[in-house]
Amino acid sequence: MKKNVGIVIVSHSLDVAKGTADMVRKMVGTAIPLAFCGGNADGTLGTSIENILAAIDEAWSDRGVAILVDLGGAETNSEMAVEMLPENRRSKVVVCNAPIVEGAIMAATEAWGGASLHDVKRTAEELSPQ
Amino acid sequence: MNGHPANTLLEPDENMALDTAVLLDTMAQAVIANAAELTELDSAIGDADHGLNMKRGFEAVLAERANILARPLPGAIEAMGYTLVMKIGGASGPLYGTLFMTLGKELNAQPTVADLGRSLIVAGAAVSSRGKADIGSKTILDVLLPVSMHIASGKATIASVRKLAATCAKATIPMKALRGRASFLGERSIGHMDPGARSCEILIDAVCDALGGMQ
Repeated sequence: MKKNVGIVIVSHSLDVAKGTADMVRKMVGTAIPLAFCGGNADGTLGTSIENILAAIDEAWSDRGVAILVDLGGAETNSEMAVEMLPENRRSKVVVCNAPIVEGAIMAATEAWGGASLHDVKRTAEELSPQ
Repeated sequence: MNGHPANTLLEPDENMALDTAVLLDTMAQAVIANAAELTELDSAIGDADHGLNMKRGFEAVLAERANILARPLPGAIEAMGYTLVMKIGGASGPLYGTLFMTLGKELNAQPTVADLGRSLIVAGAAVSSRGKADIGSKTILDVLLPVSMHIASGKATIASVRKLAATCAKATIPMKALRGRASFLGERSIGHMDPGARSCEILIDAVCDALGGMQ
C-alpha cells in the first residue's frame, strides 16, 4: 500500500499541468503518487472528466488523493469526476482551493511526510484567502 | 404533442409525448447551427470557446445517437448529459451535463407538463449547486430557472416559453458577472449577453421546435 497521499494536477493547459508536475517531482521527489492532465484531445485549452478520472486512478493511494486545479471548468469538472468515482473511493478524493503551482508544491511537501488527506488539503489551502 | 399550437396552454396534466429522436436532433442541430454566435458572445467576456465546446458536445451526442436512442426517454436524456460531460471540455460540460443527467433521473417515462416543470426545477437546482451560482450571476441559470418555474406554473404556452427565454437571455446584458471567466472582468462584463444564457435559450427554443410549435 502506498503510504503517502497522491496528488493530481488539472490545468486547462497540458503544458502547465506537465510543468507543475515536473516542479513537484524535482522539488519534492518521487515518493508521492503523482499524475496530471490538461487540454482537450484536439490540442485546445480545456479539461476532460475522462482524463481527470484516469489521473486519479494513476495517482491512487488508499491514503487519498488531493486535486489541484487552475480555473473554473477545471474545478467543476474535477468535482464532477469525484462524484463519478466508485462509492469506496469518493470520500478519499478532495479538490483543493489553492493556486495550482504553489498549492501542488505545498500539498506534495505535506504529503511526503505521510500526512493525512485532511492535512494535505489544509496546507495547500493556506495560500488562499478564506 | 407533435404540432402543439404555439399559443395554446400547456395543460399540467397533458402528456408531453416527446419524440426522443426529434428532440435530440433538434437540440443538436440548433447548437451546431448557432455555435459561431455563441463563440462570438464568449469572445467578448470569456475565453471564446463556448460555441466550439457546445458544438463538440452535441456532435458527440450525434455520434452516440443510436446508443442514446436505444434507451427510453429519461435514460436517453441522462445519456445525453453523460456524453456532454465527457466531451464538452469547458465549464459548460459539467453544467449542461448536470442539467440533462438530473432531468433524466427525475423525468417519468411518459412525462406530463407538470412532471417536466418539476423535473426542470430539480435539475436547475442541481446546476445551481454544481456551478455555485444563483439567479442574477449572469449565467445559464438566468434563463433556466425562470423558464422552469414558468413551465411548472401551469400557465405556459410554447410561445410564452420562447418569449420568456429570449427576455431572460437579453436581461443578462446589463448584469455584472459574478461567476465564471466573465466575473474576472468585473464591471467590464456589463453590456454583453451571457453566452451560457444564450445557449440555454437556444436549447429551449429547440425543445419548443420539437414540440411542434415552430415559428
